Amino acid sequence: MTETTDTLKIAIRDVHKSFGSNHVLRGIDLDVSAGRSMVVIGGSGTGKSVLLKCILGLITPDSGSICIDGQPVTHLSARKRARIMAKFGMLFQGGALFDSLSVWENVAFRLLYADGMGRVEAKKQAIAALNQVNLGAEIINLSPAELSGGMQKRVGLARAIVARPEILFFDEPTTGLDPITADVIDNLIRRQVTALGATAVSITHDMGSVRKIADDVAMIHEGKIIWRGLAKDVDNSGNAYVEQFVTGSENGPIKVLAR
Amino acid sequence: MNPLAIIGHAVLTLVREAGAIGLFAWRGVSAILSPPWYGSQLSAQLMRIGYFSLPVVGLTAVFTGAALALNIYTGGARFNAEQFVPNIVVLGITRELGPVLASLMLAGRVSAAMAAEIGAMRVTEQIDALETLSTDPFRFLVGPRILAAIITVPLLVLVADIIGVLGGWAVSTQILGFNGATYIRNTIDFVTRWDVVSGLIKAATFGFIIALMGCYHGYRSKRGAQGVGRATTNAVVSAAILIFAANYVLTTLFV
Repeated sequence: MTETTDTLKIAIRDVHKSFGSNHVLRGIDLDVSAGRSMVVIGGSGTGKSVLLKCILGLITPDSGSICIDGQPVTHLSARKRARIMAKFGMLFQGGALFDSLSVWENVAFRLLYADGMGRVEAKKQAIAALNQVNLGAEIINLSPAELSGGMQKRVGLARAIVARPEILFFDEPTTGLDPITADVIDNLIRRQVTALGATAVSITHDMGSVRKIADDVAMIHEGKIIWRGLAKDVDNSGNAYVEQFVTGSENGPIKVLAR
Repeated sequence: MNPLAIIGHAVLTLVREAGAIGLFAWRGVSAILSPPWYGSQLSAQLMRIGYFSLPVVGLTAVFTGAALALNIYTGGARFNAEQFVPNIVVLGITRELGPVLASLMLAGRVSAAMAAEIGAMRVTEQIDALETLSTDPFRFLVGPRILAAIITVPLLVLVADIIGVLGGWAVSTQILGFNGATYIRNTIDFVTRWDVVSGLIKAATFGFIIALMGCYHGYRSKRGAQGVGRATTNAVVSAAILIFAANYVLTTLFV
């Protein structure tokens, strides 16, 4: 049965975005069903991060529509935007932890400052979220700068899940990590998405991550979605662009020097 | 390139920048006036801008007051008017040098720090993270900084006024041979409430400018260390220029 935009968790229709003369998104159409983990793959500079920021409302598209739970979200007031954000959890590429706050305050940030929860209860929930990403209470009073890259990612993941969001976003979750730590992060993401029953949207160019965390895969190239399908089909897509990306071959329709 | 085109481009850039600063200031002031308010952020900024700037402002004021006394004594000697040193020192410090020099020092210290901190938050996506955590960056970052600067800069200038007058008193009594008690009496008899209040109004305006420029340039910082560095420089330079310009306008209104 085909889902309508009213029943989809995220529905993106003909989204365009330019920065000056650089036309980054050129008519993106993408649907994400509730409870599914969608991974958007694509090379550097193809518009993955811009697409993610458009969905999050951090960038306003020039045209097109983005609906969350059937509600258009592209031109909301700050207050309505904040309410929509309450559904979201986001893991940034570099962690984006607040330098001036301790680890537990970072994790509990939404509870403390947006939900108005007391510090004692917020700290308890932060510790519980840190436990879910295999981090112990011994790090809660450290500053983010005292953590390794992998630990920062895990703290970022704990911050994303602490308020039990309906939709989780992951921006290049394994970039800059060694393969073992990357695998740990992938497993944690998969486990937490499943445990929360959340919808997930990730962007990555790490095929290891794709195989671990994706239910569905879409490939973006030159600002358009050129293929989408099930994660199990990504190795047999029949699409020359996807095949080149999956194999990492220099030869194919994607011209590296041209990008 | 056509010279007219260059002038036109410069004018358009200036107008665009002025509009962007105006909108930014409006959002910053709106964030102060409507909830939610973040008291912990405000108190942290009150400490950073106010308490930790005391040594810089105090040292600036004491040396300025001392140098002013020496210059007025030298100039006054040409007209046999050395006795006016206390009067002119207190007038110069309260109405002009206290607010302007303290604010310029704060532009270097506070605007730069704000631009660097918010700029670093911008390039490391911490400001984006605030938004995804349902927290308005203007209410969390900009509003508390502007309000803290409006509150603390007049207080710092009041301290600078007192220390500046004391600097003039110290030089006048220790080097120029003035009687200490007479100097203080002349100072108190001469200075009016408006001299002090007009300086404090200037200080509140300069505080707004200092925080606004720090936040504005940091918030719009481009990617990378170079972007943050440029934001910091722009914050200090634009704050200093706007302080001088605002000082002229306010002085015109107050005289």
